[in-house]
Amino acid sequence: MNVILQPWPWYVSGPLIALTMAILILLGKRFGMSSNLRTLCAAAGGDKAAEFFRFDWKAQRWNLVVMLGAILGGFIAANYLTLDESVAISSKTIAKLEQLGFSSAGESYMPIEFFANQAFSSPKTLIILLLGGFLVGFGARYAGGCTSGHAISGLSNLQLPSLIAVIGFFAGGLLMIHFIFPLIF
Amino acid sequence: MKSLIYLVVGVFFGIVMFKSEAASWFRIYEMFQFDAFHMYGIIGSALVLGTLFTQWVKKGNKKSFFGESISIANKEKSFARYAIGGTLFGLGWALAGACPGPMYTLLGAGYLPILVVILGALLGTFVYGILKNKLPH
Repeated sequence: MNVILQPWPWYVSGPLIALTMAILILLGKRFGMSSNLRTLCAAAGGDKAAEFFRFDWKAQRWNLVVMLGAILGGFIAANYLTLDESVAISSKTIAKLEQLGFSSAGESYMPIEFFANQAFSSPKTLIILLLGGFLVGFGARYAGGCTSGHAISGLSNLQLPSLIAVIGFFAGGLLMIHFIFPLIF
Repeated sequence: MKSLIYLVVGVFFGIVMFKSEAASWFRIYEMFQFDAFHMYGIIGSALVLGTLFTQWVKKGNKKSFFGESISIANKEKSFARYAIGGTLFGLGWALAGACPGPMYTLLGAGYLPILVVILGALLGTFVYGILKNKLPH
């Protein structure tokens, strides 16, 4: 039990992600988490605004159930399967983050500046979170998939388009961390 | 009954996302700093096994648990949409420190400001739907 309560190493986690994809494929479905965002837009009446949301979203209900499960899984993992939530990131990373003003690097699961409730009272933080989310949602649909759909499923299916998308994911991420972060923090 | 299976798969996935720390903003930052192997190990090992599995399914005309034949579609060929969309996604992934799967997981874990990220992601998806025909694909 103690092993479960510790952070899971990459060689356990990676294969379990592959297992998640394998089970979904064997259920006749696909592993793709950002599709749910489109389904939610359609279910909320987005079909009136754009043709992109005119599809049989009820056929995607299974994926909304997976999404609900992921929420529940997060609750279970954080509350019952974890003793110490701090993430043992590298000391080099901690030093870089402290320089940018992130005080909880190495001591918490998420930076308190962004993800403790104090974030709701900081306009700058709210804009960062909203903009980050916006780019993820917009970019995932533009590229036709996110980390699960392209980086795991698409590359596993040896798809060149997914390789282009994943190179884009990393290009964007490196640009943000190395060139934009120093400007905003 | 089928819904219960999907719920269990989702719970399993959510637990893996949290316990692997792939849902941690810090791990994403660390990955883009190349300071640790952790995230590369996760994605790499998932990919090796995922590729073996996917090729096995495609070779053997495997049937699903429900007896239907499985077909894994190829991605539509293009460059612009994957390069531009991918880069925009990467910018957001690094800024918010969360991609869609972990967003749901973090909500369950009780990090309420993730709701703002999810709202942004829904807005981004909606705006893409409106602009889709005007964008290069």
